[in-house]
Amino acid sequence: MADILTTPKSHAHVEHHDVDYLHDGSLLSWLTTVDHKKLGVMYLWSILFMFFLGGVFALLVRLELFAPGHTIMDAESYNKAFTLHGAIMVFLFIIPSIPAALGNFVLPIMLGAKDVAFPRLNLASFWIYVTGALIAVTAMVTGGVDTGWTFYTPYSTTTDGSVALMTFAAFVLGFSSILTGLNFIATVHKLRAPGMGWFKMPLFIWGIYSTALIQVLATPVLAITLLLLIMERAFGVGVFDPKLGGDPVLFQHFFWFYSHPAVYIMILPGMAIISEIVPAMSQKTFFGYKATAFSSVAIAIVSFVVWGHHMFTSGQSQLAGAIFSFLTFLVGIPSAIKVFNWITTMYKGSISLAAPMLYALMFLILFGIGGLTGIFLGAMSVDIHLHDTYFVVAHFHYVMMGSTVIAFLGGLHFWWPKMFGRMYNEGAARVAAILVFIGFNTTFLPQFLLGSRGMPRRYYNYLPEFQFLHQVSTVGSWILGLGFLIMAGYLFASLRKKMDAPANPWNARTLEWQIPSPPITHNFHEIPVVTSDVYDYYKPFEPSVKGHH
Amino acid sequence: MNWFRDWMMPMQASEHAGKVDTLYMFIFWLTLAFFILICYLTVAFAWKYKRKKEGVLTLDLRHNLALELAWSIIPLILVIGIFFWAFNDYAAASVAPNDALEIHVTGKKWNWTFEYPDGTRSIRSLHVPVNKPIRLILTSEDVLHAFFIPTMRTKTDVIPGRYVDLNFTPTVAGRHQVFCAEYCGRDHSGMMADLFVDSPAKYAEWLEKGDEELYKMKPADLGKMVWEMKGCNSCHTIDGTKGEGPSFKGLFGRTEKFKDGSTAVVDENYIRESILNPQAKVVAGFEPVMPTFQGLLREIEIKGVIAYIKELK
Repeated sequence: MADILTTPKSHAHVEHHDVDYLHDGSLLSWLTTVDHKKLGVMYLWSILFMFFLGGVFALLVRLELFAPGHTIMDAESYNKAFTLHGAIMVFLFIIPSIPAALGNFVLPIMLGAKDVAFPRLNLASFWIYVTGALIAVTAMVTGGVDTGWTFYTPYSTTTDGSVALMTFAAFVLGFSSILTGLNFIATVHKLRAPGMGWFKMPLFIWGIYSTALIQVLATPVLAITLLLLIMERAFGVGVFDPKLGGDPVLFQHFFWFYSHPAVYIMILPGMAIISEIVPAMSQKTFFGYKATAFSSVAIAIVSFVVWGHHMFTSGQSQLAGAIFSFLTFLVGIPSAIKVFNWITTMYKGSISLAAPMLYALMFLILFGIGGLTGIFLGAMSVDIHLHDTYFVVAHFHYVMMGSTVIAFLGGLHFWWPKMFGRMYNEGAARVAAILVFIGFNTTFLPQFLLGSRGMPRRYYNYLPEFQFLHQVSTVGSWILGLGFLIMAGYLFASLRKKMDAPANPWNARTLEWQIPSPPITHNFHEIPVVTSDVYDYYKPFEPSVKGHH
Repeated sequence: MNWFRDWMMPMQASEHAGKVDTLYMFIFWLTLAFFILICYLTVAFAWKYKRKKEGVLTLDLRHNLALELAWSIIPLILVIGIFFWAFNDYAAASVAPNDALEIHVTGKKWNWTFEYPDGTRSIRSLHVPVNKPIRLILTSEDVLHAFFIPTMRTKTDVIPGRYVDLNFTPTVAGRHQVFCAEYCGRDHSGMMADLFVDSPAKYAEWLEKGDEELYKMKPADLGKMVWEMKGCNSCHTIDGTKGEGPSFKGLFGRTEKFKDGSTAVVDENYIRESILNPQAKVVAGFEPVMPTFQGLLREIEIKGVIAYIKELK
């Protein structure tokens, strides 16, 4: 840590000084790099591959549901397909997506640091992630898993397949997540540039910092839970299966004690990205900076005490249900405050409608639906009807995909020029964004109706009265797939161009835009000194970074 | 706007369903209003303040206490109101009145079975009288299931090794759909049941006749089920070993010797008499401990037992 702060080695080699990080070192040297940017990029390709894999399973699931009964696969394959879709998307894509890929790349630069606090630990996190991913893939090809991503006992301790291996993969991936969180917390506390007080940090940092707190505090609970599950499966230790003297509801308490905060591990980084894109693309001071910063921390704290809202019908006591319902409504308020702050930030701005901003606008609308439909589910009497139906499926896809993934795509388009030094085709990007928006809503809006009409989730077969809405939803998934195909096309195409991205294509003011695109290995020649607030778009720009141009 | 509600929700078949729908629709219109507000402001600002030229400086708007308090406190009051409303309805529905009809429900991959107070059983179809409070007492024999009746707006997880209950008072006669809502493996989506809400007279008639499934079964299979479920198996084995009573194996056609020294060949009438009036002929070597099943077995069930014994050669 100390050597990064004071005397980077490259200062001794002035000739390599201005080489960008992409061209610094051989291709092989990437595998052992401790550079947060290279690790961010390696995470990015890994999670994008996992997103592709999870997406293929999603399309297969939707295709199977095009008609009742057997369409393209049997019931057992279907159960494995939706399990893999969920497990891959949650554990291998969304949880690491924003923090590990974009966060790793951007967070140290935004703070004015040359790397994260523990670069070697960062490398370890990456390889632990890869190990977890390989174990998960092994589990998929050796028997598969048909438990759903929630691994509810006693089904998961009694069914065939590679459940133990898959849960072990999630166990390993958890450590990657914990170490990344730990690293970010230390980095934010210790490596902020001179002059960067807590309230001069970009809001992205506040979001990632809040996320890191949850990662560090909640993930160990998942590790313990999964370990107990493996023990029960392998050695018959009775913890969750009543046949062995265990309690299946206990598993749900343990599981959701992690997995509800995990929902915020997924959404807080999405909110964090929106908090960067909106002021930059609107060229406006952020409205309600402190309210937004504190609401991230508030969400992180309250997220620990709402897990029981997944269990209103599970046989927990009615008093517990009532308390969880009440707290669930409270957690909605900081989210509402953020939405109003983003919108107000746009007021009287100078708004660019380039691709990142399109995603931010889409986020506001889709997160609006995702958040507001949460009110139906927090209300106990209504939730009893909607629980375990497609309404819930639609709700969490609006939050996870409509919000987090859309924000991730916004962030990807926002920082792509910084990461790779190339601009993508803006026209193609807008077309893809609009296709994704239309496809997403066509896929998931009908699912609210399916759910309120009583269609249960995780159904291979369904009654004929539900067919029309299922077909609309499946057609939507094709539009969505087409949008992503176009996106993959222009993003890969941009990498074949020569580097053309300016240092600051969005005229933004956070520190990463004050260094070249792509950055040099050590980010800054000299540690920047921060004097002004982060989103001071009302006055002429005074860069904090000296020594470039 | 009832057509709109009916378009979104299943039929309302209990008073509770009406209450759930009222709250559902309230939340729907309220959130729709907020959603329209969010969309309007988002689109209107993006349109109105679209960038006209590069490099302009903008206003320094950071705070507006009144606005910020308003958008924190108004939603807070609304959601707390919704919380109490929802909790009240939930609490009211979770208490069964004292005169509720209690029916036991067992979930097992991938069937539901029902046991009525008079000992009647049914598989995959639940019969209840209309306008009578029903209390289901549910358990599972294997993994988690969930008993979901959309038209009653009610549902509960069904947990192995534990009883949970589910209360509803059906107000609409006819057939209603029951789903399993907690994922339970291969035939999860086929784990359904029909809920028949009958007039009291029709319900009584159904109890008299028994489950229609009985009439579709092979008589010997039905007999085996009766042997298991009515407790015959606690005294009469089917493998020839001696229990409290004679084994069923090889019984039919055999000549039995009784305590009083007389003998008889086991035929249909002998078995029928043994079930309904067991003390009339007690086989030598056994005690007269068997209770009568007069009024406890339906005619079709007695026939089933006879067919089952015939099969056990």
